Amino acid sequence: MNNAMKHGQTLLTEGEDALRDVQLAHKPLRFDRIGLWTLALAIGGGFAYTVGTNKNFGWPIVAQYFFDPAVIQGLTVTLGLTVVAMVLGVILGLLLAVARMSKDRLASSLSSLFIWFFRGTPLLVQLIFWYNLSTLFPKLSIGIPFGPTLASWNTNDLVTPVTAAIIGLALNEAAYMAEIIRGGLLSVDRGQSETAEAFGMTRARALRRIILPQAMRSIVPPTGNQLISMIKATSLVSVIAMADLLYSVQSIYNRTFEVIPMLLVAVVWYLLITSVLNVGQGAIERYYSRGDRGQQLAARKEPETALTGDAA
Amino acid sequence: MSPAIANTPLVRARNVHKSFGPLEVLKGIDLDVASGEVVTILGPSGSGKSTFLRCINHLESINQGLIEVDGEQIGYRLQKGRLDKLPNRAIAAQRRKIGMVFQQFNLYPHMTALENVIEAPVGVHGQNSKEARRYATELLARVGLSEKVNSYPRQLSGGQQQRVAIARALAIQPKLLLFDEPTSALDPELVGEVLTTMRDLASQGLTMIVVTHEIGFAREAADRVVFMDDGSVVEVGPPEEVISRPQHPRTRSFLSRFI
Ligand SMILES: Nc1ncnc2c1ncn2[C@@H]1O[C@H](COP(=O)(O)OP(=O)(O)O)[C@@H](O)[C@H]1O
Ligand SMILES: [Mg+2]
Repeated sequence: MNNAMKHGQTLLTEGEDALRDVQLAHKPLRFDRIGLWTLALAIGGGFAYTVGTNKNFGWPIVAQYFFDPAVIQGLTVTLGLTVVAMVLGVILGLLLAVARMSKDRLASSLSSLFIWFFRGTPLLVQLIFWYNLSTLFPKLSIGIPFGPTLASWNTNDLVTPVTAAIIGLALNEAAYMAEIIRGGLLSVDRGQSETAEAFGMTRARALRRIILPQAMRSIVPPTGNQLISMIKATSLVSVIAMADLLYSVQSIYNRTFEVIPMLLVAVVWYLLITSVLNVGQGAIERYYSRGDRGQQLAARKEPETALTGDAA
Repeated sequence: MSPAIANTPLVRARNVHKSFGPLEVLKGIDLDVASGEVVTILGPSGSGKSTFLRCINHLESINQGLIEVDGEQIGYRLQKGRLDKLPNRAIAAQRRKIGMVFQQFNLYPHMTALENVIEAPVGVHGQNSKEARRYATELLARVGLSEKVNSYPRQLSGGQQQRVAIARALAIQPKLLLFDEPTSALDPELVGEVLTTMRDLASQGLTMIVVTHEIGFAREAADRVVFMDDGSVVEVGPPEEVISRPQHPRTRSFLSRFI
């Protein structure tokens, strides 16, 4: 029989059993699924066509301004702010998370207070406060409380729109990241930190080598989320006169009155950045789930096994 | 070596008390373990065996009494007649002489078997990475896992994971090895391979304290058996006495469950 030859001796050959061998099974054609796919593609294609050919969207203008120097400048500001605020936010968030989980009452209360305040108030308001810090505190100084002053600066020299934006975004981000990281640290089995401790690791080392790498699996997805919100949240800094992506397209349409096309320029840029981030997030997630993958990885490393085995 | 030092036990526990809140779990444990000795601790569940083991490397702090390992009081330092609590770093340093094997293996799941074994030697003891790898490969071979050096814990059976955990504990060249029910989480057919590994270690002169329900292992491999019940040591002696001719009725009733 043809099939018997194809699959060699593994195929059942006795009577009807030969036909019942599940390795010969076909997947049924699902006409309902095909119908739904066709419908979805038709609707999607139709929508794309209408939007693409609608003159009101002004696609030629979108194309014309897509790489406009002012837009690119704004894009750079948005990306720069996002990266700096996110990096600072993650570092501070990690410190806050560790402080909040520590047995030290002072550290954990201070951390809780910080998180409570910065999550509990609108980012827009925080940004405006930082920007207007000089009206509250005209001078900033370092010194001993109620004692002599060691150094002092004009607040306006320190808190420019850039620093106000960075401080505002980073502190706000830190509060959210602290809770994400704390959730991740709590998700790791308690036996792991205990084992690290039993082997004489310091707390810091146990955190870095044992706990965090395992916590990353539950930290990365919500952090990706945060990063994407952050990119969009940077558009709030236009209220404190920072020329980010949104601000730059706004200043163009204030001149040309091409509101929709210019907003589309921003929308497409935001979507592009987000797509790139999604790809990056997928890669990071795969990296941190490496202990989970089955034979695939073991098989790939086999030659190395043989080598080390020989060396012994 | 002077005879005084030679006679000092490696582990010395004196009147060890430990409470969790109102619950007194250890009610004055006295135990000496000589260098090279294998001691197994038997006893019903909840009698405080794990707690005692965890007090030895200060995973739990004790409320009364003292524990010494290799001549150093664990967790404290006596200086000019005053007893001070040691800072975390100093306690971490004391733990580096003590290897531990857990009931749930507790391998680091994001590291391969080899990485699990070299983590403490390289990261904590500052060993040269190449030398540590060589020794780790040798240890993994000794526990019969040459084929699995690059496998992740989830790709290993329970028995294999526990043998990696044993190799990991050996890699720090400990003066003392603590085992907390190393075979209790294993399927019955995998218990044998782990016990064989442990018997090998016992015959090589390592100092081991083993909490276990494997009476057979205690009988063959132990120099002394400790029977604990309700936070106290009820009976101590060589296995042929404690297991074969138990003196105390509680020991007798406990052991009768295994026949
Ligand atoms: N961290 C803890 N907090 C409160 N009670 C505990 C803790 N650890 C152990 N116990 C209690 O201490 C007693 C002894 O536990 P354990 O030492 O684990 O016993 P064994 O290992 O002999 O089964 C048990 O009653 C247990 O519930
Ligand atoms: Mg126990």
